[in-house]
Amino acid sequence: MTITTFKPDTAAQLADSMQWALSHGEPLEVLGTGTKRRLGRPVQAAYALDLSALSGVVAYEPEELVLTVRTGTPLAEVLPMLAARRQHFAFEPQDLGPLYGLPAGGGTVGGMLAAGLTGPRRIQAGSARDHFLGVEGVSGRGEVYKGGGKVVKNVTGYDMPKLMAGSMGTLTAMTEVTLKVLPAPEDVRTLVLLGKGDAEAVRALTSALQSPHEVSGAAHLPAAVAARSGVVARLGGAATCIRLEGFGPSVAARVAALKDELGADAVLERDDSLALWREIRDVAYFVQPAERLVWKLSVPPSEGARVAAAIREITEADVYFDWGGGLLWVAAEPGDADIRECLDGTGGHATLIRAPDDVRASVPVYHPQPEPLAALAARVKESFDPKRLLNPGRLYAGV
Amino acid sequence: MKMPTPDAGIISRRREIVERLRAIVPGEGVIVDEDELRAYECDGLTAYRQPPLVVVLPSNTQQVSQVLKACKEMGVKVVPRGAGTSLSGGALPLADGILLGLGKFNRILEVDYDNRCVVAQPGVTNLGISNAVAHKGFYYAPDPSSQIACTIGGNIAENSGGVHCLKYGLTTNNVLGVEMVLMDGTVLRLGGKHLEAGGYDLMGIVTGSEGLLGVVTEVTVRILKKPATARAVLLGFPTNEQAGDCVAAIIAAGIIPGGMEMMDKPAIHAAEDFVHANYPLDVEALLIVELDGPPAEVDYLIGTVEAIARDKGAVYARVSNSEEERLVFWAGRKAAFPAVGRISPDYYCMDGTIPRKKLPLVLQRMRELSEKHGLRVANVFHAGDGNLHPLILYDANNPGELERAEEFGNDILRLCVDVGGVLTGEHGVGVEKRDLMTHQFAEADLKQQQRLKCAFDPDGLLNPGKVFPELHRCAELGRLHISGGKLPFPDIPRF
Repeated sequence: MTITTFKPDTAAQLADSMQWALSHGEPLEVLGTGTKRRLGRPVQAAYALDLSALSGVVAYEPEELVLTVRTGTPLAEVLPMLAARRQHFAFEPQDLGPLYGLPAGGGTVGGMLAAGLTGPRRIQAGSARDHFLGVEGVSGRGEVYKGGGKVVKNVTGYDMPKLMAGSMGTLTAMTEVTLKVLPAPEDVRTLVLLGKGDAEAVRALTSALQSPHEVSGAAHLPAAVAARSGVVARLGGAATCIRLEGFGPSVAARVAALKDELGADAVLERDDSLALWREIRDVAYFVQPAERLVWKLSVPPSEGARVAAAIREITEADVYFDWGGGLLWVAAEPGDADIRECLDGTGGHATLIRAPDDVRASVPVYHPQPEPLAALAARVKESFDPKRLLNPGRLYAGV
Repeated sequence: MKMPTPDAGIISRRREIVERLRAIVPGEGVIVDEDELRAYECDGLTAYRQPPLVVVLPSNTQQVSQVLKACKEMGVKVVPRGAGTSLSGGALPLADGILLGLGKFNRILEVDYDNRCVVAQPGVTNLGISNAVAHKGFYYAPDPSSQIACTIGGNIAENSGGVHCLKYGLTTNNVLGVEMVLMDGTVLRLGGKHLEAGGYDLMGIVTGSEGLLGVVTEVTVRILKKPATARAVLLGFPTNEQAGDCVAAIIAAGIIPGGMEMMDKPAIHAAEDFVHANYPLDVEALLIVELDGPPAEVDYLIGTVEAIARDKGAVYARVSNSEEERLVFWAGRKAAFPAVGRISPDYYCMDGTIPRKKLPLVLQRMRELSEKHGLRVANVFHAGDGNLHPLILYDANNPGELERAEEFGNDILRLCVDVGGVLTGEHGVGVEKRDLMTHQFAEADLKQQQRLKCAFDPDGLLNPGKVFPELHRCAELGRLHISGGKLPFPDIPRF
């Protein structure tokens, strides 16, 4: 249990804290506002490194498509600022607060990047790492350093920000980050196909993604999940959802074309579309019951339906599909089944997104890696944090 | 440019090294003949030349693994090479190192439309991937100018871009997986056909690592459906500043064009004289803005872009009304390098990125530098993302002129960093910009990058002398300096 907190205001103070931890061999739990403390393996540390005081926008230049902020800056401050200039983070960051029993709208920019969580637009716009341009921070060696840059196109030196995305604070306590921001779409519509089985639905999503219509969301909610939706439950039965975004005339033309090609039982207008894709993004369907385990499976899209069937064979689970079938969200009863064995032969991997602390301490949260890769990951960790003081064990035991 | 001093001990063991390599890669796969080695003595940065100790051309992953393992055991350096089109000297050989050519890895292994990806060997050309899927209306988005020749493996090493990367991303945004071999022979798979790889994003680090971390032996890339239509508009402006304002206004309007290129007056004239694209010759700056997507979108946005351009003072505007006309618009831009090659015996192509708003300042400073160094410069510019390609005109037959061109280039790159930009937007650091790295990065920054290299290649045998101006031993880099002992600004316990 964490008992003492360092809360530096500057990178130099942060480096001092790290130096103290080094000299005492004390591990640190790295935190922003703590909204994702239940993500990852539990960290055993008596001291916390709270980065929430490293807050504030350093530079926002909409015409340059670049935003630089200190890592502790709340998303609640940044997202409206971008929206006011009709821009956004195109990777559609998830808000998992409610899934963890917390209010929505929490979290910091640093936490968003460290967790690397990405929404439905992954299929079109890439993930958090694709929009992460520059980083400054303090390594586990207590040294202040920077990597990447503050312009949208840069190949100078190793692409350090990529490594930080999804590293869960295990390599560097980040102090300042630069992100690419993009114009937010002017309009959005969603085509809904009703009553399809999983395999048929994934085939429909595949057709949509093989079309030139620039689909930016491709999800399938089986009947049991669709029934929990505030948007599509009223339509009845399974809902296969295809999102089209962009300028008004373009969206209208693409909706018409795709409707011709695939057929559609309903078209959701702007507000319903926004609400639906927020639910899909934030795993709203699995917030309750809170004791169920929530898994996230990343697989080749064409394997999605088969993996879901395998899961249902071994356990009573609810499953829904995003990323055209390449992302499965699974809510399973605690205990029994080994979800990971359903991935055999797919090359995919599973992350345990929500589970009680004791489960996350014993079941690998992140997918176990083959030995040579695990060894390389451990050496990478060591190159930043040789004493394993930054969020030790949060990603993998021993890393 | 100083390369690491060749190890005479290694050179004297050449015969033994060749024998060992021949046991792994039989027959013509090991090249020792001096004339044949000369074919590999440089890449696209032809100012630097050095024949390698030996060339090895393995034909499968197992051979690559065994070659690297043997080289590690013998302490021999390795320089990987694709098609050798690097403009920064990334594949410049070493006198005491083997050159590992991946040219025999030239097969497309799988086309998977359901998962919208292609699995290919690294020696397949960039265009080869697009060609393999063109009949189904798909393509691979990153399109470096050298795409006919450059390989997908080289693209990964350099994180190559192209004119469409503002909208569609660089190589790193389009790679799903790689198989790679570490210097100790370990074969690893990173990513795959799924969209998210678990654990540390090592693929993100390997992409753009310029052959310093491992040798890629298989690649999985994302393919996209071709946009339904594409149209371009040519816009001429009386000043560079107005052209820059127009670019900013287009982006501020929420438009991310498929391509947005700018040329300055010397580049416009050189291109027009060469390909007769009917460019206006009385403007200071020319923009080519290409919009792609559904016809309804393209028609709508062309109108918007034209209106913005008029508002920003464009004195010339022409919209392509056919595919032929669109290609003519591009012909001048795409031929800009050879066009400049016609008006000057030699040219030196630079590659910095700047915050776009600094463009007028940078072009003004560049004119001053042009006078200072007594050399002309023409500018083509990926305007959307701020990536400059100044072409410095010189004549290598005039003594001292190459050195002056390089000094001019260095001044330009330092200027890019000083205004908030970076040394290279897409060509890589290689040997060319290696010694300027300290202008962009502090010692701590470079050392942390080198520690990361140690995780992959602890003996520093892969492509040494590239990217980092100073080589350090991993043991030295790993040493910890612990200074703190007192509790800093103890806060009250909060949890």
